[in-house]
Amino acid sequence: MSVQSVLETNKQSGRGTLVGYFPAGYPTVEDSIAAFVALAQNGCDILEVGVPYSDPVMDGLVIQKATEKALENGFKLNQLFEVIRGVREQVDKPMLVMSYYNPVLRYGVERFADELKQAGAQGMITPDLIPDEASKWLESADKHDLDRVFLVAPSSSDERVSANTKASRGFVYSVSTMGITGERAEVDKLAREVAGRVSSIGSAPTCVGVGVSTGAQVRDVNTYADGAIVGTALIAAYESNGLDGLIEKTRELASGLG
Amino acid sequence: MSQKLGEQVGPYFGQYGGRFVPEPLIAALDQLSQVYEEARKDPKFQEELAELHRTYTGRPSIITEAQRFAAVTGGLRVFLKREDLNHTGSHKINNVMGQALLAKRMGKKRIIAETGAGQHGVASATAAAYFGLDCVVYMGEVDTERQALNVARMKLLGAEVVAVKTGSRTLKDAINEALRDWVANVETTHYLLGTVAGPHPFPTMVRDFHSIIGKESKVQMLELTGELPAAVAACVGGGSNAIGIFHAFLDDPDVQLWGFEAAGDGIDTPMHAATLSRGAPGVLHGAMSYMLQDEDGQTSESHSISAGLDYPGVGPEHSWLKDLGRAQYHGVTDSEAMEAMKLLSQTEGIIPAIETAHALAGIPHLAKILPAGASVLVNLSGRGDKDMETAGRYFGLLGA
Repeated sequence: MSVQSVLETNKQSGRGTLVGYFPAGYPTVEDSIAAFVALAQNGCDILEVGVPYSDPVMDGLVIQKATEKALENGFKLNQLFEVIRGVREQVDKPMLVMSYYNPVLRYGVERFADELKQAGAQGMITPDLIPDEASKWLESADKHDLDRVFLVAPSSSDERVSANTKASRGFVYSVSTMGITGERAEVDKLAREVAGRVSSIGSAPTCVGVGVSTGAQVRDVNTYADGAIVGTALIAAYESNGLDGLIEKTRELASGLG
Repeated sequence: MSQKLGEQVGPYFGQYGGRFVPEPLIAALDQLSQVYEEARKDPKFQEELAELHRTYTGRPSIITEAQRFAAVTGGLRVFLKREDLNHTGSHKINNVMGQALLAKRMGKKRIIAETGAGQHGVASATAAAYFGLDCVVYMGEVDTERQALNVARMKLLGAEVVAVKTGSRTLKDAINEALRDWVANVETTHYLLGTVAGPHPFPTMVRDFHSIIGKESKVQMLELTGELPAAVAACVGGGSNAIGIFHAFLDDPDVQLWGFEAAGDGIDTPMHAATLSRGAPGVLHGAMSYMLQDEDGQTSESHSISAGLDYPGVGPEHSWLKDLGRAQYHGVTDSEAMEAMKLLSQTEGIIPAIETAHALAGIPHLAKILPAGASVLVNLSGRGDKDMETAGRYFGLLGA
């Protein structure tokens, strides 16, 4: 099923959607495959597969440390496709890769898109690539029918909200707050406003990320957006109690769904 | 190309430059572009900056002919543009005063900065003190250790210094951390980026603030020698002092432009920071430019004895000038730079920063290419006081 149809189906049924982030190759390739399968089997509707990168400027300390660990353990970019294939063999949930731009650029944007498609992923979220700079990726995503998820932030002008929403396919990533990834006690009121601005464009669904870390927040976000994105809290749970911790946290987050 | 080389205003320099940053920062970059554009055309802003340079920075900086140094480095005439005599001891103050004025114009009361050697951090802390702004300086933990005196200077000036403990714990990671801070505090905070890298408008704006170096030099060289120099030389890390002195000469095709990069242990070893000589185009810190990276696009760690050149990226305009062949870039090893530092100290009584010593180490190389007696203008971008601990250890000078 496509990302957009999952979001629409879950919206109509009143369930809402949970998007779960985890880094590929963390702590090892095998472990990360098991983690994604656990996410999928315990309540995540869409999997966000993070690509470890040396300079993750949008990420807080928890994700920084996890991706650094994956790189220390020898993660190579071609293993991303191994992870996607490994997960795809076991579960059929949509998968979006989340990658900073330089690894994709270095690999070759077209080659990356081609292999992404062949491995069984549905598209890519690009945290440091705005549509204005993305002509190569827009072209390759179209060619391979891949989703392309761009960010919209509380600081984005109306023109940019509109342009980024129209350039997106799958969903639009509404950044809940002015800040980097990490758990926050309250998901900003700004999140509601940003998601509302995206929804009013009407061309793509939107999921809210950055700061979402509890089942209650997942519930709250799903009242005004099409889905909630969680990353840091899942990694923290994995760090404290391994796969069991991850499963427990995923279920807690999913308890916020209808 | 109908447009002159010196008239490029970004966001692109050929295929380089751009704004490869997270969406939350775009509004701040748009605001900065607009405010800078207005300020650039505003005679009042330009006059205020010029007045600050006259009465605070200490401009114009003088030119010193280094005759004894020249005599033992191949027989060229060597002219030193003395940016080391600026307040705070390097060229960095030129950009800092300009951006601090812009921060004031935008009503932002807090500035953040990254620093490698500490020169830009000290300059930023200085401007913050002068203008009454809050200042946080991000500095890789490794650099806080090798530049401990500059950490103390920044603190004495009232800045908060944050040691960055992630990644390679050097300049590149300090920039990441500053960008993270900026994403979270963009309403109140100006990111006072210290080099000609980063997303547009930084490469253009920082270049413009440093272009005074080349403009002054051009006039001074004509007065001193009656002609333009045969070559202009500077060290290149991020590339701010180099573009500052190059820019006025870009459209003088007879003037060779030479950038000297940090070759560390040698450009054929893994331990170097010779981004233009050994890197490949990629995206780092918001711009497309040459960078040191592995086959997966992960940024490689750079190495240089000089903290200020220890950076795996470089400003996009340099990448463009390299591809055009307008400027040439050459690697200088740690040991060549240290020898040049000692040589200038002992022939001219001028102790240069280790960064700057890379440009001086390039003089014998230029002497092989240029006719005897040709004039070379070198940007003496900073003084070496901050490097005394490194130099003391390197040359065994510590203790009686």
